[in-house]
Amino acid sequence: MRNFIIRRLFLGLIISVFGAMVIYAVIRALPTSYVETIARQRATNPLSTKTYQEWLDQLNQVYKLDVGVVPGFIGWLGNAVRGDFGESWHFGIPVTQKFNQVIWYSVIIQIITFIVEIFISIPLGILAARKQYSKTDYAITVFALMGISLPTFFLATLLKYQFSIKLGWFDLYGLTGRFYNSMTRFEQIVDIGYHMVLPIFTLMMASVGGLMRYTRTNMLEVLNSDYIRTARAKGLSERAVINKHAFRNTLIPLVSYMSYLIPAMFSGALITETLFQIPGIGYVSFQAITRGDIPFAMFYATFIIILTQISLIIADIMYAVVDPRVRAN
Amino acid sequence: MSEFGNINHNIKPELNITGNEPEELNLDDARRVKVLSPGMLVFKRFIRNKLAVVGFGILLFMFAFAFLGPLFSSYGQTQVFKGVGSMAKDFAGAIYNDELRYTVADGETFSSGDRAQFLFALGKNTNTFSYGDDTYYFVSESEGIYRILQLDPVAEVLRGIYKPMTGENVPKALQKAYETAVQQDLTAFELNGVTYRIVTKGKVTQISTEHDVALAMIPVYDAYNPADIDKISSYKFKLVSSLAISNNEDKFVFDGQNYSIQYDDGQSTIFDSKGAEFAQVSAIIVNPIDQSIFLPVDFKSSVREAINDRQSKFNYIEDNGESVAYSIVRVNNTFNIKKETPTELIRVFEAPSSEHILGLDNNGMDVSTRLMYGGQVSLLVGFVVIFIEVAIGIVIGGISGYFGGWVDTSLMRFVDLFNSIPFWPMILIFGSVMDALEVNPTQRIFLLMMVLGLLSWTGVARIVRGQILSLRELDFMVATEAAGIRTSRRIFKHLVPNVMPLLIVTATAGLGGIIITEATLGFLGLGVKYPLASWGSIINVSSDAYVMTNFWFMWIPAGLLILLTVLGFNFVGDGLRDAYDPKMKR
Repeated sequence: MRNFIIRRLFLGLIISVFGAMVIYAVIRALPTSYVETIARQRATNPLSTKTYQEWLDQLNQVYKLDVGVVPGFIGWLGNAVRGDFGESWHFGIPVTQKFNQVIWYSVIIQIITFIVEIFISIPLGILAARKQYSKTDYAITVFALMGISLPTFFLATLLKYQFSIKLGWFDLYGLTGRFYNSMTRFEQIVDIGYHMVLPIFTLMMASVGGLMRYTRTNMLEVLNSDYIRTARAKGLSERAVINKHAFRNTLIPLVSYMSYLIPAMFSGALITETLFQIPGIGYVSFQAITRGDIPFAMFYATFIIILTQISLIIADIMYAVVDPRVRAN
Repeated sequence: MSEFGNINHNIKPELNITGNEPEELNLDDARRVKVLSPGMLVFKRFIRNKLAVVGFGILLFMFAFAFLGPLFSSYGQTQVFKGVGSMAKDFAGAIYNDELRYTVADGETFSSGDRAQFLFALGKNTNTFSYGDDTYYFVSESEGIYRILQLDPVAEVLRGIYKPMTGENVPKALQKAYETAVQQDLTAFELNGVTYRIVTKGKVTQISTEHDVALAMIPVYDAYNPADIDKISSYKFKLVSSLAISNNEDKFVFDGQNYSIQYDDGQSTIFDSKGAEFAQVSAIIVNPIDQSIFLPVDFKSSVREAINDRQSKFNYIEDNGESVAYSIVRVNNTFNIKKETPTELIRVFEAPSSEHILGLDNNGMDVSTRLMYGGQVSLLVGFVVIFIEVAIGIVIGGISGYFGGWVDTSLMRFVDLFNSIPFWPMILIFGSVMDALEVNPTQRIFLLMMVLGLLSWTGVARIVRGQILSLRELDFMVATEAAGIRTSRRIFKHLVPNVMPLLIVTATAGLGGIIITEATLGFLGLGVKYPLASWGSIINVSSDAYVMTNFWFMWIPAGLLILLTVLGFNFVGDGLRDAYDPKMKR
């Protein structure tokens, strides 16, 4: 077992490094990079005594872009291993500091979305499975598929159109209102919460369908199994059958499905945050990536890669605990 | 029900009903069992699923809309609709002249150095100035009109000693007149009809005669008749007329001809002897924006009147008797005279009409037509990407699953590596790279398809591998091995077709996801680019809150098309899954 875990961890490490390298190689291909923009600005400054090329060379040296992709990546990796991810070019502060500033907005939004999602989709999924092929089932299935089929950006735009513009209930963008700075601490929290309503609703609508259908499928599988027939034959009430016998057995696949959501929870909702301009990790990294901010983009990508690998490793170890054959291979 | 019909696939149904002799069939006669092919079974189950049929209908409609629609649409994808509208265009400019303009007398010079000294003296409130060897004197005739005279020294006086500058000696009469003038504190005196001027230069005092050199004035002259321009701009005419104007006289004589002056607010009109308008004098300069146009003085006069009356609009009757409306916009000291001119305008954001069912977009293009072409791109991207995914997935997954062992392990690690590349950061960086390289829009679509395919084939590979791992243990594979069939043939001819049903289900459901991804990229401005359209890039304009608020027809139809198409693919995918998977049957 220990050998398996060590092997799996080692593999995860190699994969993470490879993933980071691919991202690094592609991001270095950005021709009008951040550095060139800065060099152009400084060269056109009347006080500048250097030409554009001189500025470019100097900045490239400062930002360690004067070396090839492979040595550049090795240098980056060497620093990253020591926990030094450098300073964000776009935001001008250390990457980890910016990350600490923004990550919690994303996590809060994701956790609330997750809780709401569970409370909506699991009961509805069970209901649809119990009444398979009834009108209710069709309605729930159509609703779930609508949620899956609705592009996030369209839903967000529709919500903004209806609730922000037509009804004027919410602000179009941002996390805080206009008078945020003159509010008491409690009012500030309420204000932020109020601004999170539409993003959370958007995220919830986009993800509720998948979980609902997953619950329904698993529940159907369980409901068709023999022990449920036995439970019914014993004369147990339908409620007892569903809650005690069926639902508990669907929990196993559900929990494993949810474990895949953990990386998603920390990587933020890039599209939704960008649309609502919520300063979470998703929006911030969108800004960083599209502006060629290599340190931040690298940090974000590596962060996601490592989170994904961790969740996969945990899942694999869990399988290995359950199934001895996995360990042998 | 013949759910298990596929077990009896060696029994062919016999179609002998046409025969005349009714045949008695036993209950267990094989011919009584209606046998369907597996494909037929799937089809039957599929059409029993209402949602799947609805989804299929939606998809048929979408394909017809996107691929057949353009045949019936009378507009092109990038056809820009223009209309003629009226637009206020700058026609002329007017400014209060605050700069002195010089007119130099014939045969004289008044250099820029002289001018600078003149302005300097004007600022210092002294009437004399000199530059080089020349000394000048100027007279302020009225505000903004200065007559500049050059002094020709006759004599110099130093402590009562007269030193002649011209001639042998200084006449006594001049000396006497000078002394009288000095006693009376005069700076000029007259003797025998000649004006002498007294200028003190340090300890020396000069007595000089004077002659006209130049005229510095702010008002400008406009000729009614272009032929008179030379005469009007001549020094002598300007001198005579400006003196007359300065003294508010209503007539003057020049070159033996009588001229009369009529004064209006801020401008004066000079009439010639026949009473015809000859010239106009005003401090407001009016110039056409287009230098090739000659502005008639009447027009300039109207502009000046309007400016003096502080009006923002005036009418001017042109030569053909047509009255044209002009408007005046003041910016600091300048006035822009705008004319309502018919202009060809691009009809942006035009509301839906019978001509353009969904209106026109921000580039003046027909929205419904662009939706059709955009649909082609979106659907095509979906199919090509899924094709790339399936092609790579089948090859890698098939080889991996069939050979097992170290081939499987290494290929699966390769899959893991690809899988580790985070999708959205990667696709965003890629979009930015293409932006920076300015890839042309058509190439961009193909590159986008390649990248989307390359980033998402791993799922298919895993499914294929899993299926093949279990299929290769079955008897028919043992049979292929015994028959000595080539390995590649065994994989792709015998194993892969068995995976196809599952692949079709996965691909159908995956298509929806790809269309959403492509649309999202288009929405973020990183996908398909103008002038080509995709549903996502059409919605892109709604990221401008102004467009989103005011022009629903720009983005709601495109969003609904995406929603319906993806919904259609999901319904059909669901229906196919249910149809292929007998476990899920009722």
